Amino acid sequence: MTPKNATLLALAILIALSPIFFPSSFYYRVGALIFVNALAVTGIVILTGWAGQISLGHAGFAGIGAYACALAPVHLGLHPALAVLLGALISAVLAWLVGRPILRLKGYYLAVASLGMGILISMVLNNERDLTRGPDGIDVPELGLRALLKDAGLDLSNGQFWYFFCGIVLILGAWLALNLRDSATGRALRALHGSEVAAKTVGMDVARLKLQAFVISAVYASISGSLLALQNKFITPDVAGFMHSVEMVTMAVLGGVGSVAGAIFGAAVLTLLPQVLTVFAEYEQLVLGLVMVLVMIFLREGVVPSILRKIRGRGE
Amino acid sequence: MSELLQFLLSGVTVGAVYALVALGFTIIYNASDVVNFAQGEFVMLGGMITVAAYAAGAPLPLAALVAIVVTAALGVAMNKLTIEPARGAPVVSLVIITIGASIFIRGAAQLIFGKQIHTYPAFSGDDPIRILGATILPQSLWVIAGSVAVFIGLWLFFTRTLLGRAVLATSNNRLAAQLVGINTTFVMTLSFALSAGIGALAGVLVTPITMTSYDVGLAFALKGFAAAMLGGMGNPKGALVGGFLLGLLEGLTAGYISSQYKDAAAFIVILAVLFFLPQGLFGRKSTDRV
Repeated sequence: MTPKNATLLALAILIALSPIFFPSSFYYRVGALIFVNALAVTGIVILTGWAGQISLGHAGFAGIGAYACALAPVHLGLHPALAVLLGALISAVLAWLVGRPILRLKGYYLAVASLGMGILISMVLNNERDLTRGPDGIDVPELGLRALLKDAGLDLSNGQFWYFFCGIVLILGAWLALNLRDSATGRALRALHGSEVAAKTVGMDVARLKLQAFVISAVYASISGSLLALQNKFITPDVAGFMHSVEMVTMAVLGGVGSVAGAIFGAAVLTLLPQVLTVFAEYEQLVLGLVMVLVMIFLREGVVPSILRKIRGRGE
Repeated sequence: MSELLQFLLSGVTVGAVYALVALGFTIIYNASDVVNFAQGEFVMLGGMITVAAYAAGAPLPLAALVAIVVTAALGVAMNKLTIEPARGAPVVSLVIITIGASIFIRGAAQLIFGKQIHTYPAFSGDDPIRILGATILPQSLWVIAGSVAVFIGLWLFFTRTLLGRAVLATSNNRLAAQLVGINTTFVMTLSFALSAGIGALAGVLVTPITMTSYDVGLAFALKGFAAAMLGGMGNPKGALVGGFLLGLLEGLTAGYISSQYKDAAAFIVILAVLFFLPQGLFGRKSTDRV
C-alpha cells in the first residue's frame, strides 16, 4: 500500500473507532474541534511545508469563512452550505489579490503582509458593529443537514453529527492535499522549496506556483472557519485573531510542517492540551512560543516525520 | 490649518517610535539577514520593566536605565538560545523561531506583569506646548529627540568606529569578514544587544503617552517592519525616513478618515510598497547569489 493510502486509511480508522473509547459525549465535541483545526493546518502544510512560504494571518481567512456563514444566510438569503462556498470564494480571491504582488519577492514578505492582512480583517470584524455585532459575537444559522439525516432514518446527536461530519471533511481535505502533493504542481512546489533558483532554471513559474499554494491554503482555512461557526452556531472575531493564526502555525510546526499526518497529530495535541489541562489557558502563549522555537531548533521536520524516520531505520 | 498641524505633530511623535523600531530591525537584518519578529516585544519590555522598577521604588531615570539594560541582555539571550543554534536554517524556519520567541516573551510578560494597562509619569510634566494653535506634549519632544539621537549615534558608530565597521563588513560578507579576523559571533551578539536596547528605549520614551500592556509588541513590530520596508530594508536612513512617513500617514488617517482604522495605514503601506517599489525609497536592487 502506498504511504498516501496508508495515511488516509489510518485516519479513517482512527475517526471511526475513537468514539468507542470516549468516556463521555463531550469528547465528540473535542474530536470535531480537532478535525476542524487539522483541516486548517493541512492548508498550512501545503503553503509552508511544500511551497516554503509562511503566513501569519491565516486566521483572517478562517474569519471570512466563519462570518460568511453568519451573515450570508441573513443578508443574502443564501443556504448556509452555499455560504461556506461563498466564504471560500472570497478567501481565495483575497489570497490571490494579496499574494500576487508579494510572492514574487523573498520569504519573509508574505509573513509580514499576511500578518497585516489578518490584523486588518479582525479589525473590521471588531469595528463594523452594524454588520458583525462587534466583539460580542453573532449567531450562526443551523446547517440543517442533521435534520435531513434524521428524516432519512439516521438519528445522530448534535455532537455525534459534527464529529463524523467534520471527520469526513477532514479525510476529503487530506485526500485532496495528498493528491496535490503527488501531482505535477505538488512535485514542482516541493522542488521549489528545495531550491528556488534550480526550480527557476528548469523553467518553473515559481511565483505562480507559490500563489496557487497560498490560495489553496486560504480555502482550507476558510472552510475550517465555516465549520467552526456552523457547529458552534455562534462566532466571535477571535476566530480571525492573531493568536489563532499562531496556533495554526504551531500545530503544523509541532507535527511536521511537511506532512499531512503530522498536521493532524499537531492539531490533535494542541487542541487536546487545553481540554485536559485547565491551567493551560494561562500559559498558552508561553507554551506555543516554546514549542515553535524548540521544534525548529531540535526537530526541524516536526515530531511525526522524525518518528517515522526512526521507525524506518533511516536514522541520520 | 491648526487641525492639520495637530495631526502632523501627533504623526511625527508616533513616527519617531516607528523609526526606532525600524532601526532595530535594520541592525539585526544587516548583521544576520534575520527578520526579527520579536522586535516589537523589546518595545513592550522597555515600557513594562520601567513600570515594574518604578513601582518598586526606583527613581524614573534609574528605572528606565534598568529597563534598557535588562532588555538588551534579553536580546543577547534570545540570540544565543534561539538564533545561533539555528544558524543556516531556511528563512521560513528563522521566521518561525523569531515569531515563537516573540509569543514566548509575550506569554512570560503576561504572567509576570499581568494583563492590566500600565503607565508612569511623563519626564517633563504634562503641560502641553502651544505651536501655531496646535499643541504638543513635552514627552513627544523626548520621543522625537530620542530617535534622532539614536540615529546620529548609530551613524557615528557605523562610520567612525572600528567596531561599527566590523559590523558593516560582516553584513556585507560574513565569510570574508571572518577571514580578516572579525569575530562575527561577537558582532551578532552586539547587534542583538543594540537592537533590543534601542527597542527598549522606544518603549521607555513612548509609554507615558500611549501606555503599555503585555500585548502591545505585535503592533509595533508590524509598523516598524512597514517603516523599514518603506525606507528600503537594511538602510538606516530609510528606516528613519520610513518611520516618520508612516507616522505622518497614520496621524492623517486617524484625523481625517477614522481613528479606528489608523492601524490599517501600516498594512496599506506594506502592500503599496510591495506593489510599486519593492526596494523601498532608499533600497538597492538585490540579486540572489547561487
